Amino acid sequence: MAEETLVLFKNIRNPKYSKSLEGYKKAGGYHTLKKVFGMKPEEVVQTVKDSGVRGRGGAGFPTGLKWSFMPKGTGKPSYLIANADESEPGTCKDRELMLKDPHLFLEGMMIGCYAVGCHHGYIYIRGEFFPAIKSLNTAVEELYADGLLGPDPLGSGFHLDLTIHSGAGAYICGEESALLDSLEGKRGQPRVKPPFPAVSGFNGCPTSVNNVETLACMPFILGDDGVDAFKSFGPQNNSGTHLVSLSGHVKKPGVYELRMDVNMKDIIYGIGGGIRNGKKLKGVIPGGSSSSVMTADEVDVLYNFDELAKIDTMLGSSAMMVFDEDTDVVQLLHRITRFYAHESCGQCTPCREGTHWSRNIIRDFLNGNGSDEKLRRLDRVGGNMLGTTLCALGDAAALPIQSFVKKFPDDFRKYYANK
Amino acid sequence: MFSKEIQNQVNNLLSRYPFKQNALIPILLLAQKENNGWLTEEWMQHVADCCEVPLTHVEGVVTFYTMFRLKPPGKYHLQVCTCVPCCLVGGTELLEYTEKKLNTHAGYTTGDGLFSIEEMECIGACSYAPAMIVNEDYHEQVTIEKMGKLIDKLSK
Repeated sequence: MAEETLVLFKNIRNPKYSKSLEGYKKAGGYHTLKKVFGMKPEEVVQTVKDSGVRGRGGAGFPTGLKWSFMPKGTGKPSYLIANADESEPGTCKDRELMLKDPHLFLEGMMIGCYAVGCHHGYIYIRGEFFPAIKSLNTAVEELYADGLLGPDPLGSGFHLDLTIHSGAGAYICGEESALLDSLEGKRGQPRVKPPFPAVSGFNGCPTSVNNVETLACMPFILGDDGVDAFKSFGPQNNSGTHLVSLSGHVKKPGVYELRMDVNMKDIIYGIGGGIRNGKKLKGVIPGGSSSSVMTADEVDVLYNFDELAKIDTMLGSSAMMVFDEDTDVVQLLHRITRFYAHESCGQCTPCREGTHWSRNIIRDFLNGNGSDEKLRRLDRVGGNMLGTTLCALGDAAALPIQSFVKKFPDDFRKYYANK
Repeated sequence: MFSKEIQNQVNNLLSRYPFKQNALIPILLLAQKENNGWLTEEWMQHVADCCEVPLTHVEGVVTFYTMFRLKPPGKYHLQVCTCVPCCLVGGTELLEYTEKKLNTHAGYTTGDGLFSIEEMECIGACSYAPAMIVNEDYHEQVTIEKMGKLIDKLSK
């Protein structure tokens, strides 16, 4: 029977924990930061590389490697930006951290700033997260009052400022180059890459953009014996715990911290308590709405980056959306395509047109105007978006369409079979 | 145009970025709050002057992001999420109920100016679905019954 492994949620799961600076310090907080200030930045980056931690925002890119791309001696300031624009449907883990244990994330952010030589870090948080913004603002004020932020944190002489930057409602700003444009005060539209942000990011300076949960792992990884412990939480190349946002038709939805070697079945039936109202499982969207859907027969698999990639889907942001046998998957896919049609930034033609076309075709099915030809066309429209856009939104819109059509064709046919 | 307190916040924001333009979006949000939840051309011009960018640039930004509004919202802005996890557990029905109860549609404000409804894409409270935001407060695991009671309470 699967259970939680508490690293990031160690404080949050403690009912007596107070999320204030005092409470966090009492729980051992900012101890690792002091240790880190005694290390060379390169040593910090190497430790993070050794831990094997992969970005928790969706792409799963090794964080240490990302930091090692940051050039030195360019004469320009370097930046670390926390990506707190959590908008992927199904994902609600970063909000949990920022609301309930903001200092854990902030300590991680400060460690990251030190590692990449950033003296002014920005936290790009989605505008709708009013309570989380308040929580972070309070925490940052506490840090300035305590001297942990400012000219000389912990006597290190490493001048460090943090600024919380509110976005204004755009899914695309979770894409790192769109986020940078938005942070610069522009429409958030993805940039042509290369150059990658490490070379030319915020205002043309070297920049690393990292997810909140990824940064929150840092105090543990850089703590005593952190690397070995972190690696022990999952199979090779999938180290650490991850925060799983479980939603949909399970009895106990919630955000759970799990090792990377837990079977999806155990998550759904153990942690999640099984399907509600005595229904049977029909399928799971395993890693945010951008991932390919899985049928009930496919869920006997370890929930991590590599195992899901093997079966042509992805872990993404570890957001698992479970749906039962009564779910109308055509309706569900319609809702997903509506999301992408709304959130496409309009820059690349395949995505701007494709997201709307696919939504319209699915609407035809719902209105009783489906056909075999339209089902094939839907698949084709998806194919035309794959790999043809500047950012991953085009792929993100295409993958659910193609996988739903492939795995639940009969559900689509039901809509026009009796005509 | 900003009140003294907000002007201080604006000045503080401007000081925290390498370029004034970088502070555009947070300052626009402050301006919108000052003007009861929406932006006028006058306000956009004022923010453009603060950030030293042309008005057209500000308009381009404002029309890109969903949180900026060019018409006044109701006193209570009900932002109901119907995105994937919420729609799986009744978010769509919740929105339909709200529209019916208030006799208006998403995107509109009631005649008395008390309520406006907005259909939201994912608001990031998926494990506590269905969820909504009223002005700046999250409401989670909202049932039709809870929604009815809330609207009745706010109507008084």
